[in-house]
Amino acid sequence: MSEIVIQNVSKTYETKDGTVHALRHVNLSIEAGDIYGIIGMSGAGKSTLVRCMNFLETPTEGQILIKGESFGSFSEKQLRKQREDIGMIFQHFNLLMQKNVLENVCFPLYIQGKKKREAKERAMELLEIVGLGDRAKTYPAQLSGGQKQRVAIARALASNPKILLCDEATSALDPQTTSSILELLKDINERFHITIVIITHQLSVVREICSHVAIMSDGEVEEQGLVSEIFTHPKSAVAKELIRNDSGSGVENQKVAQEEIRSDEIIRVVFSENSAFEPVIANMILKFQEPVNILKADTKNVGGRAKGEMILGFGKDCKKIREMKAYLEERGLAIEEANEYVEQ
Amino acid sequence: MWSSEVTTMIINGVGETLYMTLLSTGVGYLFGLPMGVMLAVFDKDGLVPNTVAYKALDVIVNIVRSIPFLILLILLIPFTRLVVGQSYGSSATVVPLVVAAIPFIARMVESSIKEVDPGVIEAAKSMGAGTLRIIWKVLLVEARTSLITGATIAIGTILGYSAMAGTIGGGGLGDIAIRYGYYRYQSDIMIVTVVLLVVLVQVFQSAGMVVASRLDKRK
Repeated sequence: MSEIVIQNVSKTYETKDGTVHALRHVNLSIEAGDIYGIIGMSGAGKSTLVRCMNFLETPTEGQILIKGESFGSFSEKQLRKQREDIGMIFQHFNLLMQKNVLENVCFPLYIQGKKKREAKERAMELLEIVGLGDRAKTYPAQLSGGQKQRVAIARALASNPKILLCDEATSALDPQTTSSILELLKDINERFHITIVIITHQLSVVREICSHVAIMSDGEVEEQGLVSEIFTHPKSAVAKELIRNDSGSGVENQKVAQEEIRSDEIIRVVFSENSAFEPVIANMILKFQEPVNILKADTKNVGGRAKGEMILGFGKDCKKIREMKAYLEERGLAIEEANEYVEQ
Repeated sequence: MWSSEVTTMIINGVGETLYMTLLSTGVGYLFGLPMGVMLAVFDKDGLVPNTVAYKALDVIVNIVRSIPFLILLILLIPFTRLVVGQSYGSSATVVPLVVAAIPFIARMVESSIKEVDPGVIEAAKSMGAGTLRIIWKVLLVEARTSLITGATIAIGTILGYSAMAGTIGGGGLGDIAIRYGYYRYQSDIMIVTVVLLVVLVQVFQSAGMVVASRLDKRK
């Protein structure tokens, strides 16, 4: 049975400027133990979706099943009890600024009715897990962003949740801190078998730790599946755009370079790890006696595996494009048209 | 003219002013704090939005706040007599002071509570905290510094009001200032009382700021 099932969920808001459709008929199922990424630009509805999972938002339509149970029929009191099973962390950490680290982690334990001493013991254990055992008496204001997020993670784990929701949890952090937080999340997922749902706008986050991903745009799920599959064969326009922007600051330079090169046809090639043994591109050039431009080449970490990614441009008067593509596909490489690299 | 009688009178005046101010502020908070919390919580972006309750409180607070204190003093004389048994003296002044202080304090508390980061409230909700726990353990704790700053301002304002009550025989430094400075043209005594009022406000202000910053853990 799936851990979280989202069935035909829609959410609309009435605002002064009319009705806003935050979610439109969303269907998802998340299995126990998954690290599930939900990615999209801001305003795509992903934050609303994650808040529906712990019923901080009530869906206008459709239902949400957690371990097969529907929240919709629950009273406010039962809902609160359920929320203890679902931890949540946030972009801006949302710690109690007037309470020290230990008290912050104790907070959910007091909600569960734990005694002070018992709560403190458990909180110390959790702080050890997130690597902040020596900062128990510190106040959040004296911690760095990464440390604050670690406190928030400890707090979210305090009630022994089955599910951890992460709402843009690394968006306010620098790349290095982001990696260390992601590692911690992965570790938690493996050690405690907690299902993790990650909301983000950064594809790098999804690539690094998620097993599955749903791509959202304008309140709808455009594409969902295994991260490795979508990275290799993106189908929707949104997915392609996300992958194209993944290289970050490199995009600007590419545009300039590509204007100068002026290739006729551009393709994106993804290498899986075993195809790296054979010098495929070099062999292809030798075989067809046609030059190709390498517009970009990169290796990316997709769920802990290295995937090579290359953007190739064929020369203006290249006549063997079709044969060359077939040649690459025969050798197990994934190919897609990528003319938008130049159009942009 | 500077007899020991005058000195005693001024010392008693300081005592009465302190008594009126502190008692009124205390009782004012007893009612104003919950009222302010309710205003913040029932507002449309609050914890438990309740338009009817919010509007009702809002109107009451606005009505009392819009009556000038001097008029409120006179308006409340029958009520004061009912409560204290007389309408003059420092104990009697406490009654209108409290009535004026409650809505003032409620507004201060409301704005302090509304400053609390909505993200922290959301986090508490996500952990399964109920409304009362959020009010006690999140709103009032996180707003602590701002609440204390607000209380400092409230004390200053109420001290000013207590002096105003001197015009109708309210007791305290204000009473002395009006009796000697206004009716008897003894400006030296009036100046002394004014200086003392200034010193009192300064002391409360500084003490409040010290406490507020001591308790603020955000730095």
